[in-house]
Amino acid sequence: MPELSPAQKKYLLQKKREKYLVNISRILLFLVFLILWEISSRFGWIDSFIFSSPWAILKNFAEMCRDQSLFVHIGITLAETLISFFFVVLLGIGTAVLLWLCPKLSRVLEPYLVILNSLPKSALAPLLIVWLGANIRTIIVAGMSVAIFGSIINLYTGFRETDPDKGKLIATLGGTRRDELLKIVLPSSIPLILSIMKVNIGLCLVGVIIGEFIGARQGLGYLIIYSSQTFKLTTVLMSILILCVIAMGLYGILNLIEKRCLKHS
Amino acid sequence: MKPLLEVRELSLSYHTPSGETPALSHISFDLMPGEFLAIVGPSGCGKSTLLNVICGLLEPEKGSVLMNGTPVSRGDPRMGYMLQKDHLLEWRTIYKNILLGLEIRRQLTPEKLFYIEQMLRTYGLDKFRSARPSQLSGGMRQRAALIRTLALKPELLLLDEPFSALDYQTRLNVSDDIGRILKKENKPAILVTHDISEAISMADRVIILTSRPATVAGIIPIELTVENRTPLSSRNAPDFKSYFNQIWKELNDHA
Repeated sequence: MPELSPAQKKYLLQKKREKYLVNISRILLFLVFLILWEISSRFGWIDSFIFSSPWAILKNFAEMCRDQSLFVHIGITLAETLISFFFVVLLGIGTAVLLWLCPKLSRVLEPYLVILNSLPKSALAPLLIVWLGANIRTIIVAGMSVAIFGSIINLYTGFRETDPDKGKLIATLGGTRRDELLKIVLPSSIPLILSIMKVNIGLCLVGVIIGEFIGARQGLGYLIIYSSQTFKLTTVLMSILILCVIAMGLYGILNLIEKRCLKHS
Repeated sequence: MKPLLEVRELSLSYHTPSGETPALSHISFDLMPGEFLAIVGPSGCGKSTLLNVICGLLEPEKGSVLMNGTPVSRGDPRMGYMLQKDHLLEWRTIYKNILLGLEIRRQLTPEKLFYIEQMLRTYGLDKFRSARPSQLSGGMRQRAALIRTLALKPELLLLDEPFSALDYQTRLNVSDDIGRILKKENKPAILVTHDISEAISMADRVIILTSRPATVAGIIPIELTVENRTPLSSRNAPDFKSYFNQIWKELNDHA
């Protein structure tokens, strides 16, 4: 490696300092928020019964960890989210491929997909409970319902945007539409599929929580509703914080998978 | 000698909701074995359409295209086609890109693979076999695209402005390169271009098309007084300029 010039060194050092400053500020912001929250509830500036406090939340967390009830709720919510995400990936890609293979079918279905996609899916939840019963199946379907239509539309749009000349290349080499799908459309859509899925795992979590609000005996959504009805707002806040961590974690995992896949291709 | 390709009275129109656009009108010509034909015409005159009909991707409304006496079919294995861009797939290595046609036609036979090995070595792509297309220069990419087409051992090569996406210097070098390779492999070819110099430098005969709907305005045999003719040396031939002026005049008379 060549010797860096002083100007380049200075530039790199400045960049590094900037990054450091941003990270420190982020952490500080969080700590200041927590401390202010704790102080204001201790001094009675805010009502600690409804606003709780970081310390109370931590104590509540430790307690629920000890009797292990929390792990069941987290586990159930995570499992439901992952299962509905799995089906969204499967059905989303499958349907988009089908639409790509039959453009006529896609023209017929297009308005329905748009309507289903823009419909607020939480409106469907009470109906799902009646139709499918208050069980894990309903909640998985609720999770899927939030993500599936958007992913079908986005995937199909992406599939259609592949370079038509690449399709011509396949045709001149004697290939069929199936060859075009397998050799061009799917491989070139891998980055798109990954980025859509990154968004979708969060949407599945949203759907699962909606489902748990109305038709569950376990899970973080149930915990939130149950605790709010019994005025245990500390537990509500704790559950919300855990949801934050879960959402961040799931997104992070997919982000990692995306980075790894794109590096190899 | 019997012609390799007979194009007879081709006519074709494009249909859109707003109306009908005639693109080709009564086009006829022959291609002899081993011959290099160039088709020039004003842009948008239907040159690429003509090539699509010749290789069977488009059905003509009237007329026929016969190769060795039999009509061409969609994706005809006797034809090789080079598009305007190389369209090498970035998610495949150069070697895998070259295998694309053989994969599609399910012809990954030892003979064909051996033929590819020979071409890779002859044309200096051997050391790039596991490189990604983006790591290659424009010229090398075109070579890879050519080998991908030649791997299927087509009897006739169709070149649809294969150099138009390159910068001028690369373009001269690549057309020289491809011209030499085709001579060496003894492949007849039809080159579609709007570049008159390119047509004269590479072709044995130049077909001039009128503007839309395209008809044949004239066919000019190119006989340059130059030894060991290659596309680059052709440009130095004393009669190059007169051919250029002749074609230029024909093009303008029919524009």
